[in-house]
Amino acid sequence: MALSCVLEPALSGFNFENSTRNNVLENGSEEGKIKAPKPMKTGTTIAGVVYKDGVVLGADTRATSDEVVADKMCAKIHYIAPNIYCCGAGTAADTEKTTDMLSSNLTIFSLNSGRNPRVVMAVNILQDMLFRYRGMIGANLILGGVDCTGSHLYTVGPYGSMDKVPYLAMGSGNLAAMGILEDRFKVNMDLEEAKALVSDAIHAGIMSDLGSGNNIDLCVITKEGVDYIRPHRESPYNYKRQAKYKYKPGTTPVLSKTVTQLELELVHETVQKMETGSS
Amino acid sequence: MSEESFTDPGWLSEEVKTGTTIIAVTFDGGVVLGSDSRVSAGESVVNRVMNKLSPLHDKIYCALSGSAADAQTIAEIVNYQLDVHSIEVEDDPLVCSAATLVKNISYKYKEELSAHLIVAGWDRKKGGQVYATLNGLLSRQPFAIGGSGSFYIHGFVDAEYRKNMTKRECQEFVVNALTLAMGRDGSSGGVAYVVTIDQDGAEEKCVLGNELPKFFDQ
Repeated sequence: MALSCVLEPALSGFNFENSTRNNVLENGSEEGKIKAPKPMKTGTTIAGVVYKDGVVLGADTRATSDEVVADKMCAKIHYIAPNIYCCGAGTAADTEKTTDMLSSNLTIFSLNSGRNPRVVMAVNILQDMLFRYRGMIGANLILGGVDCTGSHLYTVGPYGSMDKVPYLAMGSGNLAAMGILEDRFKVNMDLEEAKALVSDAIHAGIMSDLGSGNNIDLCVITKEGVDYIRPHRESPYNYKRQAKYKYKPGTTPVLSKTVTQLELELVHETVQKMETGSS
Repeated sequence: MSEESFTDPGWLSEEVKTGTTIIAVTFDGGVVLGSDSRVSAGESVVNRVMNKLSPLHDKIYCALSGSAADAQTIAEIVNYQLDVHSIEVEDDPLVCSAATLVKNISYKYKEELSAHLIVAGWDRKKGGQVYATLNGLLSRQPFAIGGSGSFYIHGFVDAEYRKNMTKRECQEFVVNALTLAMGRDGSSGGVAYVVTIDQDGAEEKCVLGNELPKFFDQ
């Protein structure tokens, strides 16, 4: 009987050997205080809601690096399994990699066992990994999905804490989004109501938080399938370039021109026919 | 222009704590465990309906406090270890076995973990028992309180606890203690979860905020 193997991340994963050196560099000598480069955070608003037939997840699309918008159309709703999607807030690299690894693990599991993965399995794997790294992975994740036991919505924090709730908001804009959700959430809403609620919650986050903005993505997961609406609502501010930035030929004066022919010797020539099927 | 970039609010990066009130009390024939439901990260409430009473076995529960991640993980590990143990001995585990397993983890990883669990349950040998496992100590007590809100009710529980209460009196005692603590501690609040364990099994109940008893309040 084959073991239902789960792909183990490489042992050389996180290496904390440089942390003492970084500490010395940052705090050591008085004259040369060197600041570590800041990782790109997604400074986000993400939200999720369980409704009558499944789960609706929503996210904004702005990725910031300090005060500059690094990506205006970044995708924060990640694919985990055909029936499970995950919104990520926190450090962009961490959420991307973590969800990638989780997705690979679950694919291997479903190939080995022939079953669709359950949401609680994804949560357990995530919680295990994040706890092991003691908060060093800056990933705040909202997992939503529909499996044979029903529709579920979970959140996992960077230190490995887990919560199961019917509606949720995370990220820097979560306070504003939570206000909308607390006000209008009802059990067993229908699809249009749920989509409007999540969309308005993200919109509130975008309006009240500098780190969130641009468009709103929605992802609706039901027993029948997934509807990934990207974008659901576009921001009314469309930044169109005012002029072309290409230089006209002749802008840089050419002083001289030399052409060197490369001597190429034809050594060997083979022709391989491709099977085109019908003939 | 200052060198510092805009600092993130505390609740974005701070660890999620359960800053809590938990209590476990023995009565004649079993135990009653109670907890509030607030989980905070800095000044923000992350989850206002978390059940901090976690089952370790059919008739053994533990109450979580301290860092949410650490406490949840300890409870999961001990749940697994107890399952294996009860299969090996082919019988229901004793409450003191569960408490010892929790104590072992708390003591061994004392420096790295910051969670305090109260273990309580019923077994055939000694009936209802409550064990406190703060920082790796193991102490059997008639009742135990823990969490940030417990400081406000030490006097109350010391004065009001009586030996051999009935089940009803014990449940009321627990709910009263929780209400008083939630009223004074900023990190405790929400609803009250109460679990009663006796020889017939465990019974979970949730007392909503507006159903809690009212004490002197201007």
